[in-house]
Amino acid sequence: MQDNTQAQRRQLLKLGASAVTTVALSAPFISRAQNKTIRIGMPTILSGRVAMLGLSSSNAATLEVEKFNAAGGLNGRKIELVIRDSKGQPQEAARVARELVTSEDCEIILDAEASSGGFAVHEVARDLGVLVMHTCSETSSLSADPKIRTPLGFRCARQGVHDAIVGGAYAAQVAKEKNLKRWMTVSPDYAYGRDTTAEFMEYLKLFNPSIEIVGDVWPKLFQADYTEAITRLLQGKPQAIYSALWGGDLTSFIDQAGIYGLFNEREFFAVNMADYAVLTAVKNVPRGLHSGNRYLKSFPNTPANTNWSNAYQARFKDLPLNWAWQNAAAVQFLTSAMKKTNSADGKKMAAALRGMSIDSPFGSNGKLTMRAEDNTLVDYAVGWGSLEPKEPFMSKPSPGNWKQITELEVQWKKRKSYT
Amino acid sequence: MDLNALFECLGSMSCIVTQTSTGLIVGALLFLVAAGLTLIFGVLGVINFAHGSFYMLGAYVALSAYRITDNYALAAVAAGLGVGLFALVFERFFMRRVYKSDVLLQLLVCYAFILILDDVVKIVWGAEFQSMGMPKAFQQAPLFIGGGVVPVFYVYLMAAAGLIAGLLWFILTRTRAGKIIRAAAQNPGMTSALGLNTRLIYASVFAFGGLLAGLAGGLAAPVRSMSPGMGFSILIESFIVTVIGGMGSVSGALLGALLIGLIRSFGSIGFPLFVEGIMFLAMGLILVYKPSGLMGKGQS
Repeated sequence: MQDNTQAQRRQLLKLGASAVTTVALSAPFISRAQNKTIRIGMPTILSGRVAMLGLSSSNAATLEVEKFNAAGGLNGRKIELVIRDSKGQPQEAARVARELVTSEDCEIILDAEASSGGFAVHEVARDLGVLVMHTCSETSSLSADPKIRTPLGFRCARQGVHDAIVGGAYAAQVAKEKNLKRWMTVSPDYAYGRDTTAEFMEYLKLFNPSIEIVGDVWPKLFQADYTEAITRLLQGKPQAIYSALWGGDLTSFIDQAGIYGLFNEREFFAVNMADYAVLTAVKNVPRGLHSGNRYLKSFPNTPANTNWSNAYQARFKDLPLNWAWQNAAAVQFLTSAMKKTNSADGKKMAAALRGMSIDSPFGSNGKLTMRAEDNTLVDYAVGWGSLEPKEPFMSKPSPGNWKQITELEVQWKKRKSYT
Repeated sequence: MDLNALFECLGSMSCIVTQTSTGLIVGALLFLVAAGLTLIFGVLGVINFAHGSFYMLGAYVALSAYRITDNYALAAVAAGLGVGLFALVFERFFMRRVYKSDVLLQLLVCYAFILILDDVVKIVWGAEFQSMGMPKAFQQAPLFIGGGVVPVFYVYLMAAAGLIAGLLWFILTRTRAGKIIRAAAQNPGMTSALGLNTRLIYASVFAFGGLLAGLAGGLAAPVRSMSPGMGFSILIESFIVTVIGGMGSVSGALLGALLIGLIRSFGSIGFPLFVEGIMFLAMGLILVYKPSGLMGKGQS
């Protein structure tokens, strides 16, 4: 009798557990269907040495999504960001991106991966036929090369060739003024470092043919000790140095090079220096440093940009980085396309995105454009200038000329057989 | 390959001074990490794969201590002691349980702690990279010796590493504690039979190895950007040093570290794209011709 009662109790418990499980598992789907939430999948890097990329990207995207939802969303439909960590591994980025679409019901991919992972996510999106907005990959070929470009793939990020043109023009001018003939480079030894450096030096020589490149140094990505790279630079006796080092690598390099006196009587051009992560980490910013803007709240020096930076800082108790503005702009583009098409359909949104211009704090003239020809961002605030150790860090930036950028980019694309 | 540049360098006093001092600097820091690694292996017979994380922890502890005290020496000492203490706890509650286990299980325990410590660092200090900055005492123009450039801070680092190497040699060869450690390394069963507490010896050696890694992290903190996972690259190089010098040999670690330092400094002039390759080539050659390492004892 007791055994029978125990058996019945067990059966009852099993049934109860099954019912609870069924309700628990089905509840999100029922709820989602009712709310018609627009799910945007966001693969990014949230762990490891470049976790700040994912953190600043996801923070900025969250900020913009919160604004959109607070304003009523798309006819009451709210956006839900589904953020996943790729750990900085391309294969993991591809796996996560696929899972976000196939298992997590995401309709759009906001790809906040570095270039290595970005290309992998790009191919997954092509395969699954979903709209993808790349927000961190600066490798030009992602959108410039027609063999890689897809109709549903967009880039809302700065681009290597744009930076190279603006930086080359600026550095050539400084070289003329200060008579800097002997140049060396020190950049990370991977695709981004090699490509960016080659493009910068190409435009530097175009604008100032008298320049001589006397050597190059290629430390590994995430190298801890730059001593031998620094002494090699000292042996080359350059008058100016260009670097595409970034993040913690650039900080380490500057700290280590400073004690060798590398920056004494030399000009140093680092495309990735003017970002708060580096500027606040380097305790002793030496004189004679020049950089491209990554993100500064004073460039463009407009109330809209300052307000956005302040809002970000108030919300996350942290300063926005380059990846932050790119992700914020990406969400602004996506939500504008949703409103324009009154839909979250990827194909309809893609058609609306092509050629779309939006008001944005990050535009060179208050506007950003998603160029129709190659689905890539143009008209963003890009400039170079000399750095100071304190805010505003770059008090006299030289803004890039988008007419010049576009003309030279067309020639560059022809040389690369992209057109 | 740029052999002309290498020969040009070898014919110039300023280049020789700069590159030799560079090699010694790189080697000195590597030695501090590798010494702990090889000491732990020599006595306990385990490879502490979490050693790079100890180095990372040392750098972060030094960063916090420096921010509180504004004293670099205190920060470095705090890093050494803090990590030594952590290593003691790690040994007592985790490593001790896997000493007699398969090496794969030891690897698994260490790898778990690499991930845990990376996350702990992320929670406590944040995911963004951080920098201590150069202490004021070392913010001065580099020294020019024979036309070569030697930063003042690195002179101090080399002196600190030399002092630690000397202390290690003295402790291991001239003190009773050193004799006990060497005895425990050679014959733990007999050491235990003589009434010596081998568990205490093991724990002390593990903590001391951790202390050295923490101290290295603390000493290097002014010229390193700190980020979760920063211990991995130093771990790889420390393994190369340990293999070249001989697993378990502290003097071998010193020799291996200086050799790697010089390979890197002169290799970057003559073989700028193959520096890493030369390091691994040197390790491969030593493994083939002297598998026990330069100063390691061969199997009897």
